[in-house]
Amino acid sequence: MSDGFSAASTAASVAAISARDLVKSYGSVEAVKGVSFDVDSGETFGLLGPNGAGKTTTISMLCTMTIPTGGSASVAGFDVVAQPAEVRRQIGLVFQASTVDDYLTAMQNLRFHAVLYSLPKKGLSDRLRQVLDLVGLWDRRASRVRTFSGGMKRRLEIARGLLHSPRVLFLDEPTVGLDPQTRNRIWEYVDELKQREAVTIFLTTHYMDEAEHCDRIAIIDGGRLVVMDTPAALKAAVGRDRIELHTDDDDAAVSRLAERFGLAATSAGGTVTTQVANGERVVPQLCAGLGLAVYSVNVIRPSLDDVFMAHTGRAIRDSGM
Amino acid sequence: MAGRPLAELQVAGMVCLRELIRFSRNRIRVATSLAQPLLFLFVLGTGLSQPSTAASSTVDFRTFIFPGVLAMTVLFPAFFSAMTLVWDRQEGFLREMLVAPVRRSSVIVGKCLGGSAVALAQGTVMLALAPLVHVPYSPGLLLVLAELALTAFLACALGLFVASRLDDIESFQALIQLLILPIFFLSGALFPLTKLPAWLGSLTRINPLTYAVDAMRRTILDAIGASPATIRSLSPGVTWGSVRLSAPVELAIVALLGVALLMAAIRQFSRVD
Repeated sequence: MSDGFSAASTAASVAAISARDLVKSYGSVEAVKGVSFDVDSGETFGLLGPNGAGKTTTISMLCTMTIPTGGSASVAGFDVVAQPAEVRRQIGLVFQASTVDDYLTAMQNLRFHAVLYSLPKKGLSDRLRQVLDLVGLWDRRASRVRTFSGGMKRRLEIARGLLHSPRVLFLDEPTVGLDPQTRNRIWEYVDELKQREAVTIFLTTHYMDEAEHCDRIAIIDGGRLVVMDTPAALKAAVGRDRIELHTDDDDAAVSRLAERFGLAATSAGGTVTTQVANGERVVPQLCAGLGLAVYSVNVIRPSLDDVFMAHTGRAIRDSGM
Repeated sequence: MAGRPLAELQVAGMVCLRELIRFSRNRIRVATSLAQPLLFLFVLGTGLSQPSTAASSTVDFRTFIFPGVLAMTVLFPAFFSAMTLVWDRQEGFLREMLVAPVRRSSVIVGKCLGGSAVALAQGTVMLALAPLVHVPYSPGLLLVLAELALTAFLACALGLFVASRLDDIESFQALIQLLILPIFFLSGALFPLTKLPAWLGSLTRINPLTYAVDAMRRTILDAIGASPATIRSLSPGVTWGSVRLSAPVELAIVALLGVALLMAAIRQFSRVD
């Protein structure tokens, strides 16, 4: 940090996050088995995977909380092992579990944070108002956090994570444990902060629909990255609707789907399965054109399982929660 | 991270302030932490001061155990404050401090300051009851207050040392439960250290609280104008071999042990996984 000026100008041109063959093993168990990726400045990057895939371990290494056993990583141009203090200055963190102090008020929690990050007094009041406004908690600033709902606590954590204007904001499962309505609100705030703050966002999730909010996502499984692309590209590649048909004659259905519609289909256990881009629109045509009695039709939207299965060849092990 | 001692000091100050805010918000904690020492002083103290069991004819038994009760008054809140470190770890707030670009020693020092301040505040309330046990207000009590501050610091440092690596409250409570009564009983809080059997005598000598209680008792007996002979019999001073330690030496031992325990706590707390 001898020359803060040039450090800042070079940092702007390098990737916000860069990981190279990152490995973390606990004893003989390898939690992360050589992960490499780059996240550009201003990008929202999602790490998607089942529980136990290595998401939290990866985030933990990037945040200097866990020392990698192999490979290297840098955040905002600083090495996570050699320059942990510099990295910590540049990042904001929102953990899976709450890390706000229930006994303090929202404002006291933020002021505590301001001291931890040595924020200058000048301009602090404005910044406090800014971040509390962003998450819609300005009116509750003097309330004790113990009176907050789970969603409000999470929003306060996001405000706190942003207070010191980090270059990179890490969100580890930002919506886990929240009800669907609250999850949507959290995402509204995250989308809003992308507009207002010049910050790179790195998040983990196991909800496929949440990946929609990311510019790019990487799927991690068993400690390895299996695919990395934009949500649109991933969907185009694997995210087609699955149609399940119960018919009079399954073998005939399979061959007619191929002949008449050019669709590859399989038959197993009395169910004919095929994949199309736009299931709901195709179903009427299929029923009319097959020339067979169709007893039931099931259109299944692409899910994390489908994307996951397409890239790993098996079902996601833990799709729970 | 060198060259920012002021910022680290501010962090320690903020951690300390948080302890004070949290303590003041917990009314039950404020109210109950004085109950036990009061029970010892007025129930046990009165019961044991019956003529048949009186420790001394010249000094009221309650006056005699008062320094021990003062020590107890700071011991409980000090340990309780140390427990908040485990609590913070369990509840998650500790991560907020651990991922910040600050030294871990600042967190421990702040906790120790806050815990000592809370403990000393309670000790001061107890000290204010001195006239009830025949210790009238006098300038000498200010010295007792200073000694009490050292005792609070020692207890906090010990508590933080125990708490520094633990991540569940139950383990901490079990360990403190195991420690607190032996530390209290072996400190000479309830009986003079004169004429103890050798095994008991050596146990009292390795107990850090012994030095604090003895120094406070000397100061209190001195403040009420007890005769030198009485002071010698009730508060003989800790002996190392043939050397009789003076009160300042005893206090220096308390301070040094406190610093050593605090450094050990910092060391354990700073270990990165």
